[in-house]
Amino acid sequence: MNGADAIVKCLQEEKVEVVFGYPGVAIAPVFDSILSSGIRTILVRQEQNAGHAASGYARITGKVGVAIATSGPGAENLITGIATAFADSIPLVCITGQVDSRLMGSDVFQEADISGAVESFVKYSYIIRNPEDIPRIFREAFYLASTGRKGPVLIDIPQDIQHAKMESFVWPKQVKMRTYKPTMQGHAMQIAKVLTQLQKAKRPILCVGGGVLLADAKKEVRDFAERYGIPVVCTMMGLGVLPTGHPLFFGMVGNNGQLYGNRAMNEADMIIMAGCRVADRSISQPDLITSGKVLVHIDVDPAEIGKNAGPTIPLVGDVKCVFHDFLTHDDLSIDCGDWVETLNGYRRQGEKRREATMKLALAEKTRMKWVDPRAFVRGLSLAMEDNAVYVADVGQNQLWSCANAVIRDGSFLTSGGMGTMGYAVPAAMGVKIARPDLQVVAVCGDGGFQMTMMELATMKYYGVAAKIVVLKNGWLGLVRQYQHFSYHDRFSVTDLGEYPHLDMLTKAYDMDFIRLTDNDDIDKAVQQFLADEKPVLMEVDVDPNVLA
Amino acid sequence: METKKKVFQLLVDNTSGVLSRIAGLFSRRGYNIESITAGVTADPRFTRITIVASGDDDILEQIEKQVRKLADVRHVRELKPGESVYRELAMIKVRCDASQRQDIISVANIFRGKIIDVSPESLMIEITGGQDKIDAILKLLSGYEILELARTGIAGLGRGTDHIVTLS
Repeated sequence: MNGADAIVKCLQEEKVEVVFGYPGVAIAPVFDSILSSGIRTILVRQEQNAGHAASGYARITGKVGVAIATSGPGAENLITGIATAFADSIPLVCITGQVDSRLMGSDVFQEADISGAVESFVKYSYIIRNPEDIPRIFREAFYLASTGRKGPVLIDIPQDIQHAKMESFVWPKQVKMRTYKPTMQGHAMQIAKVLTQLQKAKRPILCVGGGVLLADAKKEVRDFAERYGIPVVCTMMGLGVLPTGHPLFFGMVGNNGQLYGNRAMNEADMIIMAGCRVADRSISQPDLITSGKVLVHIDVDPAEIGKNAGPTIPLVGDVKCVFHDFLTHDDLSIDCGDWVETLNGYRRQGEKRREATMKLALAEKTRMKWVDPRAFVRGLSLAMEDNAVYVADVGQNQLWSCANAVIRDGSFLTSGGMGTMGYAVPAAMGVKIARPDLQVVAVCGDGGFQMTMMELATMKYYGVAAKIVVLKNGWLGLVRQYQHFSYHDRFSVTDLGEYPHLDMLTKAYDMDFIRLTDNDDIDKAVQQFLADEKPVLMEVDVDPNVLA
Repeated sequence: METKKKVFQLLVDNTSGVLSRIAGLFSRRGYNIESITAGVTADPRFTRITIVASGDDDILEQIEKQVRKLADVRHVRELKPGESVYRELAMIKVRCDASQRQDIISVANIFRGKIIDVSPESLMIEITGGQDKIDAILKLLSGYEILELARTGIAGLGRGTDHIVTLS
């Protein structure tokens, strides 16, 4: 057995079924060993997409996603995938080849200090110096990635370590890390404090973030909200925790959120933040929104608590454990009076306004060319299966999706923290590879799509039947919109033009293509788009003047 | 909020790159380090790092939390002034001719400094103490020309036997 065999054995011990990657000389021993391992390999067309695909895979399975790249440029390309995963706390183990140990530090061909480069956006980065350390380091890496606040871990392995003969392979029975012990259970006294406050509150609200999904606590949170009739809002990463139409769900908050969601937050007298960071896009002025309110902040990462807003009651712990504990108290008397009814009023108003805007937009065909993207994403999401996965890219398409897509029992995935354009196509591919039984749709703009469209080849090669929507308006729409508001329509370097012709592009990949140019055809086109189990690309022509 | 200084004592796993991980955390999050010292402990698996950081209360709290989050960091505590002892070593090279030599030596003596090198035109003083003491001698020597100054940054330990971390 050599080091590479040991690495593959580690992956088997961790029950890794699929890896996404791109080979090169410095990682060739691992790819050689993996060939006969039974682990499925997906050759992406650029390493960044291995990171995103592994991220999609991890988010839908709850397992650790694995991406493998070679040294130097391979590892460097992976960086965007790693940083994107870090910003959204997605568990990945990224394996990179490295030049021979004795050459490290001498600037030889394809050498880059990847471990140093990613230091600020991984949970940990390892360089393996001794083949005997392989089992321990892999065991630790998977443990680090998947526990506490999840995130990417990088393992850099010099080529000579991959070739080195190993005397024995001992898989550690347990992880012994003296320095790493995440707090899972919430403190009983803090939990009691929260529940006491909750019984005093007249207008409580639960604000849920991506941490709820990462902790697999959707059910617990929903049970708790339903048992006591507590209204719920979410951040972008928390979309999907409650279905869009749930009577207690009042939409997404933040500068791209629903007016009625923000209003609910403003008027609440007690806010329970669960698994969210109180980040700038959700809560732009934490001091303002929390003044005069009881703020409870539940997070597995103690450093997030108090970073952006000082909570009245900090509660460190895993969201699932904490809500499980909340639910064991069944003697609470919580009376919110007509609070939910008030919020329902706001929501009705908001929805009415939305319908009216949409109607107007659809009627004004002369001003509004082509397809209204808001009506389209709504129509698309309504036609999708209940448990479908909606993967939004970044830009206007993302904001239209957040505001208008209807999510039922499925998932909504996007790059929230980092806002990485080009996330949707490779992430959707990763999701579909993990769960071929689910309907998976990536919704992109024409900017983001072109950043990772080379993955159409991967999808076709492996028969990955994810569906892709490109909302095409010929512009970098969200930046254009920003230039419209902040630079008086001086549109600098945001014009994408008409290329590529997506009909011809899909032809190059033998892929089905649909073009939608008229609002009246939305339903028909969407039906056709979703009909068969094969990859399809739908171009939706959108007026660049529609704002998000 | 007012800017304060705090002394943090870290016990970390002696892994490769641990110091750069910690220094990198400070630089990328924009925290101010006044000084940082590191040295192996009685148990070679661990390194003790003493960091003097400055910032307002919120920043100092974040520093402690973010440092604690690093997977190599086993233990973080604040070394509070009343409950701990700090020491720094400084080497001060002063330009002096024979006529100034006695004056400078007597300043060094007052601070229990040692003369560790003499040349016809210079004198080197070694001094150990808290940062205040070193600042004080530098102030007294400011009338002379200081040619070179090397300060180690402080190392510190808590007083008594409380809060000792057993390294097993």
